[in-house]
Amino acid sequence: MRKIVIIPAFNEEKAIAGVLHEVRKHVPDFDVLVINDGSVDGTSKIARETGIASVVDLPKNVGIGGAVQTGFIYAVRKGYDIAVQIDGDGQHNPEEISRLVDPILKGESDVVIGSRFVSDSSFRSSLPRRLGIKLFTLTNKILLQENITDSTSGFRAYNKKALDILFRDYPDDYPEPEAVYILIKSGLRVIEIGATMNERQGGRSSITFHKSLFYMVKVFLAIFVRMMKKKK
Amino acid sequence: MGMDDVQGIRIQILSIIGSILLIIFIVELIRRKRLREEFSILWLAMGFVFLGVALFRNLLDRFSFMIGISYPPTALFLILIIGLMLILMHFSVAISELKEANKKLVQEIGLMKLEAEKKGDKP
Repeated sequence: MRKIVIIPAFNEEKAIAGVLHEVRKHVPDFDVLVINDGSVDGTSKIARETGIASVVDLPKNVGIGGAVQTGFIYAVRKGYDIAVQIDGDGQHNPEEISRLVDPILKGESDVVIGSRFVSDSSFRSSLPRRLGIKLFTLTNKILLQENITDSTSGFRAYNKKALDILFRDYPDDYPEPEAVYILIKSGLRVIEIGATMNERQGGRSSITFHKSLFYMVKVFLAIFVRMMKKKK
Repeated sequence: MGMDDVQGIRIQILSIIGSILLIIFIVELIRRKRLREEFSILWLAMGFVFLGVALFRNLLDRFSFMIGISYPPTALFLILIIGLMLILMHFSVAISELKEANKKLVQEIGLMKLEAEKKGDKP
């Protein structure tokens, strides 16, 4: 069974080395791929110097969706069975990767999302984000009859079935909630397990306050358009 | 011949010349390969619509009457705005396609550089 950790990184020179060492320490049996999404800082150099990861240097910034998808393409072409996606900024804990992958190894699920709202996570994100997440949760309940509490989480594990769908079709901007929709609509099993989220060690969130509105509109429009497609 | 007719013929001649110049300009752009045919179609269509309206003055009046516009020059603006909207939409579609193609290229170049590195070549 071949397993890979996919780490999208855009200007994460402060955090990336720490993340890589943690990944190596906790899941030494995983290959590691960093997708440097056109960073203008030392992200690529630092990631290479650890000797832990292969690094894909994208010549131009394509955004989080395009970067993560590059990892999916790599994973599918190289025949990986399981891929874990984890942020390059250190907000996810690599020691939880094993727990994330466990339901997939047991064949209980196709996709596992690390959620900050399941069980005893103490992490509090900003109010707009929490409201947005609540709204996505409600949408998922109504449209998919599934209870996904943290569809914006970028800490996820996928099996081959999920990778085969996403390497072809993955949204560019704010891809996470839409990807949940795609996967569930494709009949895949998506579950959540509790995960702790740290304050970011460096870099900035891709979601700034004034972008949250665009985020919401974009995600709902995209899901709406996908619903139309299915009816044909 | 009254003053109104003279004015009318003046603007008619100007419109005809303007429309023909627009059409020549577009054809010239295509000929010099500065403009791809797919993008020229809407522009050419606009040029010919203007030429038609300029040549046959009652065309605009009849069209206005047909769709219920009481002041014919407004119909001209309507045609113009619809034409521009179509062209702009065409641009948005074209840009979206370019963005998608661009993303795919960037992804493939990144992956290919990694492959080359692994084979021992320096990027």
